[in-house]
Amino acid sequence: MTPCPRTASRAGSLNILLSVFAFIAVILSSPRLSAQEQAPTDSLTRDADSLALANTPAPPVRVTVADTDNDAGGSISISWERSADDIEGGKVNLYLIQRAEVVDGQPGEFTEVGDSPAGKADYSTDDGNTSDDASYFYKVVAVGVVYNEAGERSEFTSESDMVGPITSSPQWFHKQRINTLVGMFLLSFFIIYYIVQAKAGKKLFIRKIAGMEAVDEAVGRATEMGKKIFYISGIGDMDNMMTIAAMTILGRVAELSARYETYLDVPVCRSMVMVTAREVLKEAHSKAGRPDSYKDDMVHYLTDDQFGYAAGVDGLFVREKPATIFFMGQFYAESLILAETGNSIGAIQIAGTAMPSQLPFFIAACDYTLIGEELFAASAYLSKEPKLLGSLKGQDIGKGVVLAAILLGVLLETFGVWQLSNLFSVID
Amino acid sequence: MSTRAKELIALGAITLFALSFYLNKVWGRGTFEFPTWLSAVVIALIGLSLLWILVLTLKGRLIERRVVFVYVGFAVALPLFMSFSQKITISPEVYQLHDALMELPAGSKVLISFDYDPPSAPELQPMAESIIRVCFEKDLKVIVMGLWPQGPQQANLALEKVFQDSAIVAKNLQYGKDYVNLGFQAGNEFVIQRMGSSFESMFPSDYEGTPYKEIPLVRNVRNFSNVDFSVNLSAGFPGTVEWVQIAVDRYGLPMGAGNTAVQAPVMYAYLNAGQLEGLLGGMSGAAEFEAVAEYQAKGTKFMLSQSFAHVVVIAFVIIGNVAFFRSGRKSKLRGN
Amino acid sequence: MRQEIPLLITAIVGIGFVIQYFIPHWPFSRMSDWFSDWFSIVGACAIILGALNLLKMSIEKTYRRKEDWGYAAVIIGTFLLMTVIGIAEGRGFRNPGTSFDWLYNYVYIPLSATMFAILAFFVASASYRAFRARNFEATLLLIAAFFVMIGRVPVGHTLSSFMPVGWQLSDLASWVMTYPQTAGQRAIMIGIGLGIVSTSLRIILGLERAHIGGGK
Repeated sequence: MTPCPRTASRAGSLNILLSVFAFIAVILSSPRLSAQEQAPTDSLTRDADSLALANTPAPPVRVTVADTDNDAGGSISISWERSADDIEGGKVNLYLIQRAEVVDGQPGEFTEVGDSPAGKADYSTDDGNTSDDASYFYKVVAVGVVYNEAGERSEFTSESDMVGPITSSPQWFHKQRINTLVGMFLLSFFIIYYIVQAKAGKKLFIRKIAGMEAVDEAVGRATEMGKKIFYISGIGDMDNMMTIAAMTILGRVAELSARYETYLDVPVCRSMVMVTAREVLKEAHSKAGRPDSYKDDMVHYLTDDQFGYAAGVDGLFVREKPATIFFMGQFYAESLILAETGNSIGAIQIAGTAMPSQLPFFIAACDYTLIGEELFAASAYLSKEPKLLGSLKGQDIGKGVVLAAILLGVLLETFGVWQLSNLFSVID
Repeated sequence: MSTRAKELIALGAITLFALSFYLNKVWGRGTFEFPTWLSAVVIALIGLSLLWILVLTLKGRLIERRVVFVYVGFAVALPLFMSFSQKITISPEVYQLHDALMELPAGSKVLISFDYDPPSAPELQPMAESIIRVCFEKDLKVIVMGLWPQGPQQANLALEKVFQDSAIVAKNLQYGKDYVNLGFQAGNEFVIQRMGSSFESMFPSDYEGTPYKEIPLVRNVRNFSNVDFSVNLSAGFPGTVEWVQIAVDRYGLPMGAGNTAVQAPVMYAYLNAGQLEGLLGGMSGAAEFEAVAEYQAKGTKFMLSQSFAHVVVIAFVIIGNVAFFRSGRKSKLRGN
Repeated sequence: MRQEIPLLITAIVGIGFVIQYFIPHWPFSRMSDWFSDWFSIVGACAIILGALNLLKMSIEKTYRRKEDWGYAAVIIGTFLLMTVIGIAEGRGFRNPGTSFDWLYNYVYIPLSATMFAILAFFVASASYRAFRARNFEATLLLIAAFFVMIGRVPVGHTLSSFMPVGWQLSDLASWVMTYPQTAGQRAIMIGIGLGIVSTSLRIILGLERAHIGGGK
């Protein structure tokens, strides 16, 4: 049997129609299926975006870079205006400083060179960190740190614009120290002027220093009693001016004691002081015409330890019972321990130190005390050499200038004029 | 009684006293304390005996210095058994240091230099503990170092003490990230000078031997410009004066200081010139800082001894002046 | 030449150090670092000299049974004890738990603290002996000392709490410390600074020679 042709064509059209509908259905259903799979990823992205939006701080702005002034090169100073979010409880935790070296005219890769905490708006790289032969670009990155509920840390950053190129360089003169240079020249001029005056034979008045006037009497007392003289040069080392001053006075005292043939005992706290003091004593004994009376054991080392030294010296005082004790140099807390022990054995004590904290103890416990600069003047005073006395006069003139500046400065500042006191400023 | 006998009695008393502390500790009995009535009786006895000495002085019988020593010994030792509380007045310079630390934002780096040794620890250790505690409470990072050989050891002792506080332990601070001990470096003021350009050149490793670059807290700290504040605890040389002359004046490092009572007067010149941002002087400074930080510890506890000692010294100064005026009057009468 | 060479070295180094303070450029910026390194090296070597001298004198005193030789024997014994134990402990000799650390904590520290504590007694005896109202200035000093001693301890507050704020003993003590005391300290420090400059100039110019043996 053969099918009817009209029925076959009608069935074929229907099939085509059905196929088209199916195709359309498939096409339409596929995107909907994709959408269902994509829905979680989109929300994650939106969450992450909103987290970043909420925690990313505003970038720092107006970054400036400059070669650090008054240095030996290798240092760039960076400053910036803080991020708008750099407030109490704000989004900024710290600033990262990033630097890129210029290569073929272009900034290379940025690397982190340091950081500054939130609240700060400047950073200086240390000397030697940049090369004076290279140029650099800088960026400042504001960083916000957030911890989620699981304790995981996330950082959110925003960068400033890149600034540069900048090159570091050394300077030949420290401009902020010019006032010190002027002061130094002025004081040196006064000292040298009066040294020249003294050399030319001009008589200079120097007031009496009671402690120095008593040195002869003190050494003579020890000679008469047949007892030792102790010379304590403090616990400073030879790099300290007070110890050097003590050595210069030791030379004078040693010459006097050598002339009177009185034993001078010098227990020291530092090995280099021991070496220096031995030279001083040897020369002083030669100068006094008694080189054979010098013995190396006159100068002996005890210990570097402060209170060990005090204990050792106290023991020597109590056992040897010297008639005269000199305390000249740098002292700390052991000053009163030594001076009181010396007082308890009845020795005549002459002290001198430039330690303001120890002066009251020496004044209370010793017979004579050289206060501050009198220690430095003592050697000149004892030698009576005109050149050295001239330097004292110059020093006094310098003090007069300082005094005048203080009085004038106080007067001017009372009326709001700050310029004079600014001349003496050494703080940045 | 001969001098030797008196010396032996004094030695015996001191030995018994020290032994009582030791035995109390060994037997686990804790510190022995006088009841209030006994403390009052002891104070009254000391006061009356001082009056008696005054009367003797007026009669012409001068006391020897060993009696002064005995009274000072009593004045320092006996308050250790008493438990009076005292109101501590806080000086402006102590407030200044505390405020300077409080104004630092969290995460700021504080450099603390331990420039003292054990003999000065009674005055400076309470300061160190209080300052470190305040830094940790404020989430500041602490970098510790020393220019004295025993300084870093004192620093470790202070850190150990601070970490006994449960509030600090709860912060879970980590060595290397929140605090570090760089150790000691010889060279005195030259070390400060070199730190102005490079910390690492002076401290290539920390106290434990870890290389500088491997310590997270300091790996980006190149010099003073990367430090936000510093505190110097000093008992002599090198100390606050050197830090001010070099670190503050040359490198602009903001700094506060704690000094022994003997040295503190010298630092007022620097404080008033603005070179120091706060100053703690001696044990009273430590007690005042504890008061402003609201944490009572050793500084506060030992202030009672200091109060007693000051009163006894003043009493003897008055007695000495009475003797002086009496002898002056006597010689005037003889002269007439 | 024995004096001329040291004087020349002193002058060159002294002037060099003055110049380097004002010139940040290399090599001046490194001068003080170099010298400080060398000073540390020389100082460390010099310690050996001192220690040997101490031992030599103590051994001689003990050997010859001079007066008080017992103390010299103690010096030798304790010196050797600390040295031998320190060397035996090796590199970690300062670590907690070592014998050296034990000696440090239980012998050295108490001894040092004892010497420091003696100050308290000596301050009292020195004050008793020296604080006399001999004249106007001494009386002024006495009054200031009274205010500061009482004002710096809580007893001062207890005694003067009835006074208005600003007039209590602690306030007066603060005032004395902040104004007259600071002024005096500053004056002494200015004088000391000028004295140091003058002495340094004398040494650099070779005028002051007593520290190298004197001579013209």
